[in-house]
Amino acid sequence: MKIGRGELFSGRLFLILLMAFTILPFVSIFLTALHPSGTVPSGFSWPEDPQWGNFVEAFKVANMAKMLSSSAFIVIAVVPVSLVIATMAAFAIGLLRIPGSRILLMLFVFGLTLPFGGIIVPLYYLERAIGIYNTRLAIVLPLIGLYMPFSVFWMRAHFINMPSEITEAALIDGASTWDLFWQIHRPLARAPMTSLGILMSVWTWNQFLLALVLVEDPSQRTMAGALGAFQGHYATDVPLLCAGTILILVPTLIIFVLFQRQIITALLQGSVKG
Amino acid sequence: MNESRVTMPVITKPTNTADNGTEATTLTRRLLPNKKDRRGAIIGWLFTMPALVMYAAFVILPLLLSIYYSFFRWNGIGPMTWVGLKNYLTILEVPNLLMTIVNAFKLVLFFSFIPVILGLIVASIIHRIAPGRFGSITRTILFLPQVIPLVAAGIIWGWLLALPGLVNQILESVGLETIVRAWLGDFDWALPAVGLIGIWVLLGFCTVLLLTGITKIDPALYESARIDGANWFEEFISITVPLLRYEIGVCLTVTVINALAAFDIVYVSTAGGPGNSTAVPGIQIYILAFTEQRIGLASALAVLLMILVLVVILPIQRLSREVK
Repeated sequence: MKIGRGELFSGRLFLILLMAFTILPFVSIFLTALHPSGTVPSGFSWPEDPQWGNFVEAFKVANMAKMLSSSAFIVIAVVPVSLVIATMAAFAIGLLRIPGSRILLMLFVFGLTLPFGGIIVPLYYLERAIGIYNTRLAIVLPLIGLYMPFSVFWMRAHFINMPSEITEAALIDGASTWDLFWQIHRPLARAPMTSLGILMSVWTWNQFLLALVLVEDPSQRTMAGALGAFQGHYATDVPLLCAGTILILVPTLIIFVLFQRQIITALLQGSVKG
Repeated sequence: MNESRVTMPVITKPTNTADNGTEATTLTRRLLPNKKDRRGAIIGWLFTMPALVMYAAFVILPLLLSIYYSFFRWNGIGPMTWVGLKNYLTILEVPNLLMTIVNAFKLVLFFSFIPVILGLIVASIIHRIAPGRFGSITRTILFLPQVIPLVAAGIIWGWLLALPGLVNQILESVGLETIVRAWLGDFDWALPAVGLIGIWVLLGFCTVLLLTGITKIDPALYESARIDGANWFEEFISITVPLLRYEIGVCLTVTVINALAAFDIVYVSTAGGPGNSTAVPGIQIYILAFTEQRIGLASALAVLLMILVLVVILPIQRLSREVK
């Protein structure tokens, strides 16, 4: 198919401009982070004397080591548990089709559009009452609950497409329901479970509202929540703030580069199914 | 049987999957003797219990508590006073509170309409002129803001839109010194500026999702259009947009939820200010509950927000699904 040179040129130019719009903000905070701490540089200039030490400084003052381990702890506490219990529920709803599975599914689907802001206030009082406020559990437990609608819905879409021969063969061999789930269907569900796991890890890492409201101590928060606290303290020190922001961005960007395909398809499928 | 179901692409158009498996169920059922049905059902329910308990305890219960609190005046510590629907009336009567809902809808324009329309244009351009490597690089780059924390996006743009920031620097360099300002601190411009952050975050998501949709359109349609000499715009209006109605619906759903439930970006970049010019329901709930200790009022706004999201999303869902 022939496309005119003019159209080719203007189309490419348009795409390049949009890429610049996306990339320039990252470049700008990177350049800013290299300026002397405490100064207010202009948005886009190469510093005379690049202060690479700002990254070290931000790492120290933000207590980054602690934040990283706290975030990692929260991700490790949330994701595997959510994966297993959501897959079990989806297995019962989508494959076993237990009586009442339709209503159960509707109950979970109802939660898909729920804004976290809608339940944050009672969560705060609930957590004070049961004594987990200001601990990492304050983020972990609600996140597991909040991920259930999407995760169950997601995994159900997998189970509903499983051919029934597999199940029949296993039942003839005398497998128990648990064997059927753990030995046969869990390995088969590996691909959607991996995507879901990556998605939930990114969401957890980036979770801000729950961390802000339910945990006062930044060293017990998720990465995004800790960044919020860091901004509160260093709002006036622009280079240091930019350096801290970059430090927090880098892990997510590395994960994205490594798992690009999975993340993109997972995010897309997730929204299409949702 | 049902080879097609197994190999079906995972991104599926909405079908009544719920009914597809009745055959499978009856087959499974036949294998289980009847007296075992009861036991099977109980075991099946046990499988759902962990998920159900977590969901009930940390989502459904707080949701019901939100509704319950919304009928009381309460400062979080003292006794609760029943006030009926008064909190809801207050939201409708106090301009600053009602304004948050209006602001939420203004954000829909930026977080939803612009990224979807721009995403459609970008996706169709990539599809038409850059199907190869250039296109996939564009796709990846535009998607980057989607994976970083929204808080980081807010901080980055808070700096870009500041007085000495990049945005003003660019404006000055093209001779527009007169409109230079601290964008996020300006009563008229703060909301569009916050909106710009939303466009930056959501454009890549929309583009990639719509592009996946376009690749599923029969290429023969485009070929015959081009043989007829259709230009980009004719192709766009007569093929791309109508055949992507389902994907557009999905994009709208996701981005509208993002707009109405916005919190992170606004909290970090403006915290609702200046004045109340960028206060959205999420921010106002936070302020009412945790700085003003008006739990009942905050809860009423939370309930309204949840209803609002449902009321806006359901028609979009219905429209985009009807097409099929």
